[in-house]
Amino acid sequence: MFGFITGRRAPQLSKAERFAVATQLQLTWWRFRRHKLAMISGVVVLLFYGLAIAADFLATTDPHATDARTSYIAPQPIHFFDEDGAFRPYVNGLKGVRDPKTFKLIYTIDPNRRTYLQFFAPGYRYSFLGIETDIHLIGLKNPQRGDGIYILGTDLLGRDLWSRLMVATRVSLTIGLIGVSISLFLGVLLGGVSAIYGGVVDTVIQRVIEVVRSMPTIPLWLGLAAALPNSWSVMQIYFAITIIISLLAWTDLARVVRGKFLSLREEDFVMAAELAGASQGRIIFRHMLPSFASHIIAAVSLALPAMIISETSLSFLGLGLRPPAISWGILLQDAQSIQTLALAPWLLASAVPVILVILAFNFLGDGLRDAADPYG
Amino acid sequence: MIAFLLRRLALGVMTIWLISVLSFVIIQLPPGDFVDAYIAQLASSGSSVSAEEAQAMRLQYGLGQPFYVQYGKWISRVVVGDFGESMEWRRPVTQVIGDRLWLTLLLSLGALIVTWTLALPIGIYSAVRQYSVADYIFTLVGFIGIAVPNFLMALIIMYFAFKFFGASVGGLFSAEFAMAPWSWAKAWDLAKHLPLPAVILALGGTAQLIRIMRANLLDELRRPYVVTARAKGLSETRVILKYPVRAALNPFASNIAYLFPYLVSGSIIISIVLGLPTVGPLLVKSLVAQDMFLAGTIVLLLGVLTVVGTFISDLVLMWVDPRLRHQMD
Repeated sequence: MFGFITGRRAPQLSKAERFAVATQLQLTWWRFRRHKLAMISGVVVLLFYGLAIAADFLATTDPHATDARTSYIAPQPIHFFDEDGAFRPYVNGLKGVRDPKTFKLIYTIDPNRRTYLQFFAPGYRYSFLGIETDIHLIGLKNPQRGDGIYILGTDLLGRDLWSRLMVATRVSLTIGLIGVSISLFLGVLLGGVSAIYGGVVDTVIQRVIEVVRSMPTIPLWLGLAAALPNSWSVMQIYFAITIIISLLAWTDLARVVRGKFLSLREEDFVMAAELAGASQGRIIFRHMLPSFASHIIAAVSLALPAMIISETSLSFLGLGLRPPAISWGILLQDAQSIQTLALAPWLLASAVPVILVILAFNFLGDGLRDAADPYG
Repeated sequence: MIAFLLRRLALGVMTIWLISVLSFVIIQLPPGDFVDAYIAQLASSGSSVSAEEAQAMRLQYGLGQPFYVQYGKWISRVVVGDFGESMEWRRPVTQVIGDRLWLTLLLSLGALIVTWTLALPIGIYSAVRQYSVADYIFTLVGFIGIAVPNFLMALIIMYFAFKFFGASVGGLFSAEFAMAPWSWAKAWDLAKHLPLPAVILALGGTAQLIRIMRANLLDELRRPYVVTARAKGLSETRVILKYPVRAALNPFASNIAYLFPYLVSGSIIISIVLGLPTVGPLLVKSLVAQDMFLAGTIVLLLGVLTVVGTFISDLVLMWVDPRLRHQMD
């Protein structure tokens, strides 16, 4: 037992012993690791946030640049190898065709032409973590006039869907994060106050939660979002929408926090701390918070997809973020009518990341919830 | 039990009051008062309002007075059924809304029924035959139901129906009935159109309920009383349906109070995608046009509808579940 003191090597711990001396964090991690789907989902979520950070780097074309001639170009898949099997990525080039009625030059994909690609190619200028640069992951090697790279095709205004999707991912994912932070703040504050003070305060807060939960949210969101002045900048609208969404979403978090507070208050270790003369602040932050932090994290990862759906729905209806802002909802707005979808079915591609991220967050939240109580 | 009902009723009244205040806030939010908006609206359509008329309107709605006075004037009109006039349609708001409110209610109720009739048997089956092929399939479908927002589901179904069957799946009526007065033939036409949007609307909630039901029933199935019942020689159906299913229903039932607002909310957005004549498209249109009396009224009516629906589902629950009745005494 005193191996460290006498200098002898510590004996190899058995599985049960390792379990007994592990910290709560380790236990949670071991429990979480067993949940394969949650692990994969965690990686997916991290990848998406990585993608959100590097959105401009991964984009190939300026997501705001419009060009009437490249309207509704079908997706151009990247070919990585030429017929000799050599690694020379290329896309099929575009061919300018004169419209017989309007004499306008229209571009379509020409299977006989090739435009070669290069990595770390120069493109439009953007700022990456404060550094001004124009390097993108993939770009055209020697761009000629009319050449373009449209991995997922283009929309009506000829904007590149792939690049727009990258930027949209950043906007939609950060709205979720900021919204959840506001909800979390409100939830922890009101849930905590409700549990600590009890009595009338508790009753009032609980009734407010019930009232908020029994209101139909979308009509209220729509009403509030529609009242935002048209003169506001993209940034102001972005924050206002985030606040509107989080205003009605804090109730679940408040319930989790209150429930955990109430059950922990009865625990022996809290009484021990009280008897030892710890202040209320110390008991809450040093003793109680660590034991329900994991539950809160789980609740947050289940609240995030709801936030993302809310923003997407609002923007989809034209009452959330407004162009020129780009978000998943705004991209899907273009795919709203069946006429458009019949003409350009690739516009539905924006639905894929939405579904993937929501699924991943749900699995991750499930895994976290199971792992949150490693002693159970 | 009476106390529980009264508490629920008080809560419902409070919710309606809060919703009415929020609706009024929504009416008030656009810059300038709505008489200005009304005058601008009239001016754009070629007619004009004299200064005296404008002054009379301002007086009528108490504009320029404190918020609570204006709210009082508005709500006392609302209570007697005068919701004001839609600026865009130049007709009383109630006329503009017409049947749409009832169609919204019908769609939400339809979705509620679909949710119950799907979630209950599937939840029971998935728990009893845990890890069977069907259980995995239902779990997978359930996760898709949770992960795909219902407007997206509507969009995708519409696209595939168009692509593979060449059919347009929108609307609640065939073209020849859309404008027709109510008749049995029209009601039948509605009954034929209702299932698809109701199922799309119900998918998310159903998926969640299946998972709740499955988890609850799995907990109950492991209890000793189930073993006892089996040991006494009861048939398997009776063992499961008579005891654990009833016990598992409780948390399932308490969720239903929040299911209805969720469905009403969802009906707005899928109505827009599928072009259903509910209040959804009207609400979005009126908000975009800043037709605030119409928008505020729709928000208010939807809120009241939800509260009443939730209250009724509470009543049904108490009638079904004797424990709830006793718990409240």
